[in-house]
Amino acid sequence: MSLGGFILRRVLIIIPTLWVIATLTFFLVRAAPGGPFQSERDIPPAAKEQLMRKYGLDQPLHTQYWNFLTHAVRLDFGPSYKFPQRQVREIIFEAFPVSLELGGWALLVAVLVGAPIGVIAAVRQNSRVDYASMAVALAGVSVPNFVLGPVLVLGLALSIYWLPPALWQGPQSRILPVLTLSTAYVAYIARLARGGMLEVLRQDYIRTARAKGLPESVVVTKHALRLGILPVVTYLGPAAARIIMGSIVVESIFSVPGLGRYLVNAAFNRDYTLVLGEVLFYASFLMVLNLIIDVAYTRLDPRVELA
Amino acid sequence: MSAATLPAVGEQTLASARPESLWADAWKRLRRNRAAVLSAVFLLVIGLTAALSPWLPGLADPTVQDLRMGATPPSAGHWFGTDELGRDTFARVLHGGRISLMVGLVATVVSMIVGVSWGAIAGYRGGKTDEIMMRFVDILYSLPYTFLVILLLVFFSRSILMLFVALGLVQWLTMARIVRGQVLSLKQQNFVEAARALGASDRAIIFRHIVPNTLGPVIVYTTLTVPAIILQEAFLSFLGLGVQPPDASWGTLVSDGARVLALFPWLVVFPGLALSMTLFCFNFLGDGLRDALDPHDRRDVS
Repeated sequence: MSLGGFILRRVLIIIPTLWVIATLTFFLVRAAPGGPFQSERDIPPAAKEQLMRKYGLDQPLHTQYWNFLTHAVRLDFGPSYKFPQRQVREIIFEAFPVSLELGGWALLVAVLVGAPIGVIAAVRQNSRVDYASMAVALAGVSVPNFVLGPVLVLGLALSIYWLPPALWQGPQSRILPVLTLSTAYVAYIARLARGGMLEVLRQDYIRTARAKGLPESVVVTKHALRLGILPVVTYLGPAAARIIMGSIVVESIFSVPGLGRYLVNAAFNRDYTLVLGEVLFYASFLMVLNLIIDVAYTRLDPRVELA
Repeated sequence: MSAATLPAVGEQTLASARPESLWADAWKRLRRNRAAVLSAVFLLVIGLTAALSPWLPGLADPTVQDLRMGATPPSAGHWFGTDELGRDTFARVLHGGRISLMVGLVATVVSMIVGVSWGAIAGYRGGKTDEIMMRFVDILYSLPYTFLVILLLVFFSRSILMLFVALGLVQWLTMARIVRGQVLSLKQQNFVEAARALGASDRAIIFRHIVPNTLGPVIVYTTLTVPAIILQEAFLSFLGLGVQPPDASWGTLVSDGARVLALFPWLVVFPGLALSMTLFCFNFLGDGLRDALDPHDRRDVS
């Protein structure tokens, strides 16, 4: 199948999935007890009615649903319930670059640190380097980011004042959040890279390469790496998804003004439009990301058929 | 592996020359893995201490407050120190462990039962049934479930029951896929044919003959599911969506401690350590079990 056809088919799957998610979240949110104006219970009925009209809540459910869908296609989710003077779209576009920067750095660090560790551990299988790095990696996988975050703040910000403990101002403020977010993925990617490389290094074509008299460094970097690194590439999709989730916690710990912190606050404030908008935005972002990764995967491994 | 599972499995593998050899072999291999054994021992100790903590002599009551004492650093009287309300952190960590471990185990068992049944039925029936059941799994897979869990917990009740539902809802999907893959290859084999020839019902074939043979991967995945669920619960509790006061899990303890981090660091360090150690041991044990049980990896051991 051609690449264009593959992408087209995947897009055709993405659209109904997004529709399912949109429908599910829409009805879940409407079915929930407690309205959006719950906290302002003493507002006069006339004002409440006007508010309901402003948000279209006075219309029958199916009209609301239809309006929601037709507007959502244009990424228009209306004004936020909590901050009526702001559009949800504005908030998302403002917060997304912050989350993207945090997540992008974390993913980059995870790959650039994790993959070399794993490759080295595989090349020196059963050596002390191998055992030590894998034990550390397993520990890294096991420490949750919301434990690691406070501990790092304690160690590097509050006792020796090296780094700012919170906020998102200046390059130094990036270090702790990125470190907190990436550690688990550094560890996991190291494990994946090791496993992938071990598998490949046993193959016949590697033996052939060695038999030709190629130096081991060339065998590893030129021949083994391309296939051995595939598990890491496959993992990038789920990793990105998990980094986005982790970002919610990390943004809360470090007061980073990204999507995740808005989502948590919106959920607590019952800010319906903001929650709906964010969930849909996240979902579409993830699916597009996965598509890109699948395409990259087929480029790396010629054996994979586009299906 | 308890001794109880051995005979049941042995019956299914009578066709091979030495019944139980896979399990006896795996058991031997696991025992040789010192890290995995140590992890299992640690988990057993922490699990039992946490489970029995209300009846342990000499242990402070985790709910008793002493406002005049307030937060004190670790000492001989209070190994892990006390919190702002003068509650003993050691007792609170054990108490929190009860809830964290219980949530992890119960949600895992729920997801295991659902996932194994779903995967086994889909794989065995094949055809249209399989197609529909697995397409359903695919759709659920693509949902950003953490958001859905957050929505469920925010908009509806924040009870422990809801937490079980929300966490179990997600974890069975992978289990269903693993079991289905296994069943697809198992159902072609002679012993299934034999059972069918003897007139066994589909139900009996699936649950008495096929499912026991998928136990290896199921055990490995289950061991890795428990820490995943404990972590999820802690994550939700950290955001204030999980276990609600007066109950406390490791997640809520870390969350509470993080708020007073600069003043009373031990309130983060000890619950965080307990949580991390437990996750670490589960992961180690899971790794050890995979090495012991997965035939794919045995080549490089010999």
